[in-house]
Amino acid sequence: MLKIRLIPCLDVKDGRVVKGVQFLDLRDAGDPVEAARAYDAAGADELCFLDITASHEDRGILLDIVSRTAAECFMPLTVGGGVRTVEDIRGLLLAGADKVSINTAAVNDPNFVRDAAEKFGSQCVVVAIDAKRVSGPGEPDRWEIFTHGGRKPTGLDAIAFARKVVALGAGELLVTSMDKDGTRSGYDLALVRAISDAVPVPVVASGGVGGLDDLVAGVRDGHASAVLAASIFHFGEHTIGEAKRHMAEAGLAVRLT
Amino acid sequence: MTVAIVDYGSGNLNSAAKAFERASLESGTNERILVTSDPAEVARADRIVLPGVGAYADCRRGLDSIPGMVEAMTEGAIEKGRPFLGICVGMQLMATRGLEHAATPGLGWIGGDVAPIQPDDPSLKVPHMGWNTLHPQQDHPLTDGIPLGPEGLHAYFVHSYALQPTDEAEVVAVSAYGGPVTAMVARRNLAGTQFHPEKSQALGLRLISNFLRWRP
Repeated sequence: MLKIRLIPCLDVKDGRVVKGVQFLDLRDAGDPVEAARAYDAAGADELCFLDITASHEDRGILLDIVSRTAAECFMPLTVGGGVRTVEDIRGLLLAGADKVSINTAAVNDPNFVRDAAEKFGSQCVVVAIDAKRVSGPGEPDRWEIFTHGGRKPTGLDAIAFARKVVALGAGELLVTSMDKDGTRSGYDLALVRAISDAVPVPVVASGGVGGLDDLVAGVRDGHASAVLAASIFHFGEHTIGEAKRHMAEAGLAVRLT
Repeated sequence: MTVAIVDYGSGNLNSAAKAFERASLESGTNERILVTSDPAEVARADRIVLPGVGAYADCRRGLDSIPGMVEAMTEGAIEKGRPFLGICVGMQLMATRGLEHAATPGLGWIGGDVAPIQPDDPSLKVPHMGWNTLHPQQDHPLTDGIPLGPEGLHAYFVHSYALQPTDEAEVVAVSAYGGPVTAMVARRNLAGTQFHPEKSQALGLRLISNFLRWRP
């Protein structure tokens, strides 16, 4: 039976984990490779690196991190942030990423998704959808795609955009609520569910996890195939093992071995 | 002893090479792991690994674009009987043909077509992506010592097409995903996994170690 995936996400800037990973007695809390190794050992189902380095010139640092992680962690690795060209994708895949997450570039030019899927296969093309609720109280739910960390509206309807990029070849969607991100109040379940139910490909829920029940809700109520979280793991509030046991006790199929 | 990982432009061989190096070290076989696009090296190798990600026809084209590569693999695997492992699309290429986009001939070493996964439960997503258990259809040296079945170890899958075997006797293991999905096949010295052993943590390293020790 296919299991629900639990994915810790590491924000990386200039080759360092943002804010650090404060658990498991890492020698260097800011070293992404060491954090990756710890999550691998802890039984994470997949790792996600999100590069938030401002400058595109520093790409070599990210590629080095991906390459060193892939050399030690024999588990799936998704890398996103600043992916703009087919060459960016090729570089990340050759370094050892299994999937590459495309965000702004897919908004600017949806055909980039098709080019990527044709060249490398849908299985490695993830489109990251950052959405904000734009419907008022009492109105039917509506979400819009935002870029630049939620600052820039695009006018694109999130559900329509999700359908479009999947039709163009995206093999997975990473859905982040910009309203919920960082709030620790749980995923935007209506958003995750609306997109999960609209597309035939797996959806990863992201943004807002504050506790283990949020992970369960992402699957049960959000219909997500995978759940992503960052701070609850990085700051040692919960281990991957605790999270999986909690999900299993709630009746979800997770990988405990 | 040399293991040739065939490099024909199909994505990431770094992970595969590193996993084989780790398994070689841990199993004490100390095989030399060689990532190569040189047909002569492949023909000479003691073991051959054919990885593959992406679309079937693209992979087939990539393989054909290296003059003499298919012949070298055939010489090693079929004429000399060297242990051969296909991974993901590499395994699918061992089949009779692939039906992704257009019908494309495979190597014809394992009988069957590679066709879209059609789960009988419409709520199941495609690609079949993530960790699934393996259900053995027969014993095989490559799964030796690996706990299988519903309570066993998991393997990492990511694919939208699967092998539909013509000969059930060539199926080593299946996974359940709205019906059985061919997870592993074998015939004599040839084996193939739909899942990625190089991404499957403990199960994967054990399977690779078994492959490095395999004397079919």
